[in-house]
Amino acid sequence: MSDLSMIEAVLLTIITASTPLLLAAIGELVVERSGVLNLGVEGMMIVGAVMGFAATQATGSPYIGIVAAMISGVAMSLLFGFLTLNLMANQVATGLALTILGLGLSGMVGEAFIGQPGISLKPIAIPVLSGIPFIGPLLFNQDVLVYASYGLVIAVYFVLFRSRTGLIIRAVGDNHGSAHSLGYSVIQVRYLAVMFGGACSGLAGAYLSLIYTPQWVEGMTAGRGWIALALVVFASWRPARVLIGAYLFGAVSILQFHAQAAGIGLPTQLMSALPYLATIIVLIMISRNKTLAKVNTPACLGKPFVPDR
Amino acid sequence: MRIELEKRAEHSQLMTVVSPLIAIGLTLVCGSILFVSMGYNPIDALYAYFIEPLTTSWSIEELLVKAGPLVLIAVGLSVCFLSNSWNIGAEGQFTMGALAGSIIPVLFYDFTSPLALPLMVLMGILGGMAWASIPAFLKVRFGTNEILTSLMLVYIAQYILDFLVRGPWRDPEGFNFPESRIFDAAHVLPKIGEGRLHIGMIFAILAVLVVWWMLSRTLKGFEIKVMGETPRAGRFAGFSSNGVVWFGFLVSGGLAGLAGMAEVSGSIEQLTPVISPGYGFTAIIVAFLGRLNPIGILFAGLLLGLSYIGGESAQVSLGLTDKVTRVFQGMLLFFVLACDTLILYRFKIASSVKNMKEAGNV
Repeated sequence: MSDLSMIEAVLLTIITASTPLLLAAIGELVVERSGVLNLGVEGMMIVGAVMGFAATQATGSPYIGIVAAMISGVAMSLLFGFLTLNLMANQVATGLALTILGLGLSGMVGEAFIGQPGISLKPIAIPVLSGIPFIGPLLFNQDVLVYASYGLVIAVYFVLFRSRTGLIIRAVGDNHGSAHSLGYSVIQVRYLAVMFGGACSGLAGAYLSLIYTPQWVEGMTAGRGWIALALVVFASWRPARVLIGAYLFGAVSILQFHAQAAGIGLPTQLMSALPYLATIIVLIMISRNKTLAKVNTPACLGKPFVPDR
Repeated sequence: MRIELEKRAEHSQLMTVVSPLIAIGLTLVCGSILFVSMGYNPIDALYAYFIEPLTTSWSIEELLVKAGPLVLIAVGLSVCFLSNSWNIGAEGQFTMGALAGSIIPVLFYDFTSPLALPLMVLMGILGGMAWASIPAFLKVRFGTNEILTSLMLVYIAQYILDFLVRGPWRDPEGFNFPESRIFDAAHVLPKIGEGRLHIGMIFAILAVLVVWWMLSRTLKGFEIKVMGETPRAGRFAGFSSNGVVWFGFLVSGGLAGLAGMAEVSGSIEQLTPVISPGYGFTAIIVAFLGRLNPIGILFAGLLLGLSYIGGESAQVSLGLTDKVTRVFQGMLLFFVLACDTLILYRFKIASSVKNMKEAGNV
């Protein structure tokens, strides 16, 4: 194998490792921009993974699996929405509950699928573009979810920062009282944002069980939902930075595999702990810069909105 | 006609007690629906889950063995949650407490003096505190989000445990199984009675009493609650917000560490790659179900302990997957949080705009 194709192979695995993080994080970014902190990403993601796998096994079509994963992610997010937006429950605790419930549900549903070989989603080559040497196979011969992740980053950027809708979402997230006075329905906007986040988390889960490792393994999200949450903070709530962050994290988690394969003498467990350690270090670095955090943090993040009529 | 929430002038005392019970009831109803959908008779399944384990002394003992760590961890978490810090990494502090508490039995197994056990207890507490002090320090010093850091540390702790039991701490005579040496009798917590029950449950009861006294009878307890509810008022009163963060994390980390040490020394009697069925996370449910009140947590811990035993018993008697336990626990936390609304708000049926206007004019 030539050096160039070796690099290409490594980059390809990095894209595979980064995409679930990117999908989940871009969804949570919109949720948090609307002022809601949904810590249940991990739970929605794993339910998406198991339902996506189950639907694919039942129908033989991974595309139906993807739709099922999105629907189940949205269903989970609606539970969260009902508790936090209608019943004013504590968002942190409810997010945790969503994760615990999701891990439990997925374990129960998935028990029947343990050890079954899955149906993998095939890449779709984009004509002409995929023929470009080096870049072509990397960027233009991917599966539909990788394309979706690119599309979502661009779409979220334009909607949030270049459209009226985005202005409303950010207004609701920064000052729900004013947004309410201006006649926007805070609860409705937040519901839609939370559902979008649920769909994205479901997609991220589907990516894990249909592409990353096309099978069902209990607890297969392995903290990726939490890393996605950290990515949103790392990105200081900007879509482009989420893209960069997700690929950085993907690189860290893949490089440890390659380092292990190359026979670096560190214990495998310590290498496996690297992505989690990297998350902590990155969080420290980003929180040291107080002004950056202050400018971009949605001011109403995590605060319940009680309309006073 | 639509249903609206109206803020109560003050917390409903009645609902404070009743809402966890409603939550349990709703969980049982939903659980029954779940059982029916899986093709089981709900009465049989609920019996196997929640009654059968209480019919033999063996399983009651096992229930207490499971409730011990849950109560210990949850009591600590309640201090943290009341002060509005979110330590959700108790599972990691539990693991590090277990590791620190195992230094003597694994590395200094010849040291069998009566001092060994008290030292192990102390080291377990310190191990948990040390692990909890990382997110506390980062929050106080840099303002780093403690939810994410404490959770990431759970995974790291798990890998450290895995590394040690498969590497340097593996039993040299253990036929390459990933297990440490079996603890010497001098390093095993005393048992209560003939069975598996050990004095870890007494640690839990002591923790309940001490924390209950601290929260309800001392200035420190008042400080924690004020800083949790209205940090601004607390700062005017001269309370330190950093101090409260440190206090909450050290107490919860220390108790989780103690629980980890007690589990390893009292129950497993060696280190293995998996030492907890998710006690650190289930304890979060226990803390909320117990309404962050140590006495309530004692009862909540027994109930969640029962759900673990019930899962095993239903698996044996009905062939029901024990994964249902986690679903039950998750549903319970959901309903607890939903029913908490009843304490702060009352439901009101607003039939029309006209009625609302009249209500406003009164």
